[in-house]
Amino acid sequence: MIQNDMSRRRLLGLGLGLGAAASLTLAGCGGGDDNASGPAAGNGGKEYTGPKVDLKLWNGFTGGDGEIFKTLVNQFNTEHKNIAVSVATYQWEDYYNKLPGAASSGNGPDIAVMHMDQLATFAARGVITELDDVAKNLELSEADFAPTVWQGGLYNNKRYGIPLDMHPLGFYYNKAVMQKAGLDPNKPPTTKDDFTAALTEFKKSGVQGFWVSPFQFTGGMTFYSLLNQWGGSLFDAEVAKATFNSDPAVEACTWLVDMIKQGHSPANVGQDAEYLAFKSGKNAFTFNGIWQINDLLKSPEVQWGVAPLPQLGSKPAAWANSHNFTIVKQRAANANKVSGAKVFINWLSQHSLDWAKGGQIPARKDVRESAEFKALPAISALAPELEYAAFPPATPGLGEVIKTFYDSFNVAALGKKTPKQALDEGVTKANKQLEENRKKYGS
Amino acid sequence: MADVIEVGAARGDAPPPAANAARRTASAGRTRRATPYLFLAPYLVLFGVFGLLPIVLGLWLSVHQWDFQLPNRPFVGLDNYKQLFSSDSAVYGDWWQSVRATAIFTVLSVPLLVVVPLGLALLLNRSFPGRTFFRAVYFAPYVLGVAVIGLLWRFLLDANLGLVNRLLGVVGLPSDTPWVTNMPWAWISLVGVTVWWTSGFNAVIYLAGLQDISPELYEAARMDGASAWQRFRNVTLPGLRPVLLFVITTTVLASANMFGQSFLITQGTPGTETRTVVWFIVEEGLRNNNAGRAAAMSIVFALLLAVVSIANFRLFRYKED
Repeated sequence: MIQNDMSRRRLLGLGLGLGAAASLTLAGCGGGDDNASGPAAGNGGKEYTGPKVDLKLWNGFTGGDGEIFKTLVNQFNTEHKNIAVSVATYQWEDYYNKLPGAASSGNGPDIAVMHMDQLATFAARGVITELDDVAKNLELSEADFAPTVWQGGLYNNKRYGIPLDMHPLGFYYNKAVMQKAGLDPNKPPTTKDDFTAALTEFKKSGVQGFWVSPFQFTGGMTFYSLLNQWGGSLFDAEVAKATFNSDPAVEACTWLVDMIKQGHSPANVGQDAEYLAFKSGKNAFTFNGIWQINDLLKSPEVQWGVAPLPQLGSKPAAWANSHNFTIVKQRAANANKVSGAKVFINWLSQHSLDWAKGGQIPARKDVRESAEFKALPAISALAPELEYAAFPPATPGLGEVIKTFYDSFNVAALGKKTPKQALDEGVTKANKQLEENRKKYGS
Repeated sequence: MADVIEVGAARGDAPPPAANAARRTASAGRTRRATPYLFLAPYLVLFGVFGLLPIVLGLWLSVHQWDFQLPNRPFVGLDNYKQLFSSDSAVYGDWWQSVRATAIFTVLSVPLLVVVPLGLALLLNRSFPGRTFFRAVYFAPYVLGVAVIGLLWRFLLDANLGLVNRLLGVVGLPSDTPWVTNMPWAWISLVGVTVWWTSGFNAVIYLAGLQDISPELYEAARMDGASAWQRFRNVTLPGLRPVLLFVITTTVLASANMFGQSFLITQGTPGTETRTVVWFIVEEGLRNNNAGRAAAMSIVFALLLAVVSIANFRLFRYKED
């Protein structure tokens, strides 16, 4: 589903120019957000007893997850008579371009859902506000969450995001194709040897088992995972230098690109082709986001399973990201609205089990360890990945640098340059971008 | 941009009405002198707000490091421009690659978009049964949005799963051509799709131009024993000259502004080789939040296009003499 969303999202990116430009021009005439700030009737999200507030929430849940989110919001609205939350959904890419302009012109939302790696950028650019008191009053601490996810909500030692969920890359296998090749469809490979042995069997049965896409979705994210499995990293610890041309990175990239040379993948795999081919039994293994579970559930004719990524390098690792709640800074601050928003965030965080049904792993540990979550078979199968999940670092302006990373993989995967050459060139450019960001954001 | 040039083109054909009017009413007092300007005012307001103001704002942005979300927007002089021309800046490579991509696309697509629709228009101008039907058929793709044609062709052209390669395989041709991911195929696809998509529009313009040419001229030529080619060369082409100028100018500008096709069909691949200038400006300004540098790029790009347009006008004026 998200696959399709990705493409639609790209489409709608076209509209972003107009949208953002409109927001900019409107910035002058957009009035402040209704009445002046009332008394602080909140206490960091425990309860809200003030006058009725209307809250706007923006998210990018365009797939099946959006329906589940709306159901949760309706439930919240019935339970809270003095808070009314209304939801607007945009394509993520459009969304991130739209939000700053909307917020600064006073037409933005009160609550915004955001990916973990966007938090730092939006915090540095003053779009979202600090939430330390929410964490404190709700007695949320690192122990309640996966440590990386909890840390990811921090910028300059202040909290800007409350994690809702985590979504790692998973290993999808087509059981029918495995059976045809004489493999046990209930035992997906977990090691490099088993994985390559299985690919050899597929080849014998005339199937190219593991298609390597040159695009971010999903080849780039697969490479991201393998780079970490081989012991490399995208950046150094301070995110001052790009390191995705290190020896482990080049080895991981070479291994992946060699899938094409060895005949396990066709060359020039198109956008989404690896996933469509997986569903129609043209390949057997594919690494894709946890969000595809809901899409596969809609296709009962496909016999599939999902497991944590096999360990192909020296250690386990998998790409992952996380959705966070943030509160958007308003031109005219309204303490009642902020209190109401905090109550909402707290409430939804506690109801994240229902959210898990949308195809995400809840960020809260107690929910994750509950029997109810474990009863969601496919989704809970990926929960073990969180121990070693490789989240993108939280540094402002990193989006364009990560795009450089994906672009250099694209060139390598299309055979235009050797992995070494492609990654070296990518790192040179990424380092320049990092330096510009340092100057701009002064970190 | 296009609007400005259309106004210019119209002036080339007839003496400016404003000037005539002013001359006639010179003695009739100041109020009457204002009349033409009053008529022009509505457009002037639109032009001011949506044409002039953005240009001035763009110039202003381009000399600042401008992120509309950051409180600090330092004046940087010509730094944004210098970065476009100095090879050790972070954007130099991407910027010139996007200029190159745009130039390649324009050079490949414009001749086809000028010639193919002309051929179509000549055919559709003849009388034959079903003519209206065919006129509609050739124009039909143009009514589709870029999003529709982009997604459609991306799936049709997919190297491994697409219909195009499947059909080529059936007739015994290579069935693994990477239409959207590798060179030179990506350009062939982008140009091909654009020609298919927009030829209908140019053809309609030509058709209108053809119907303006007096049939008597053809009759006279035929009487003088001119062959079909001679009639085309000496009657049709001269008759179409203003239309041709219009078509070439708008097509050059449209091709130079290409964005959606490569954004959707090739997604910039391989690497960023098919990322065009307009796409890169949008990305730099609205995604990477460097509005100042994006503004500098727009201005450099506008100057480049102005040079091309002026050359185009010169060429046609020269022929007229």
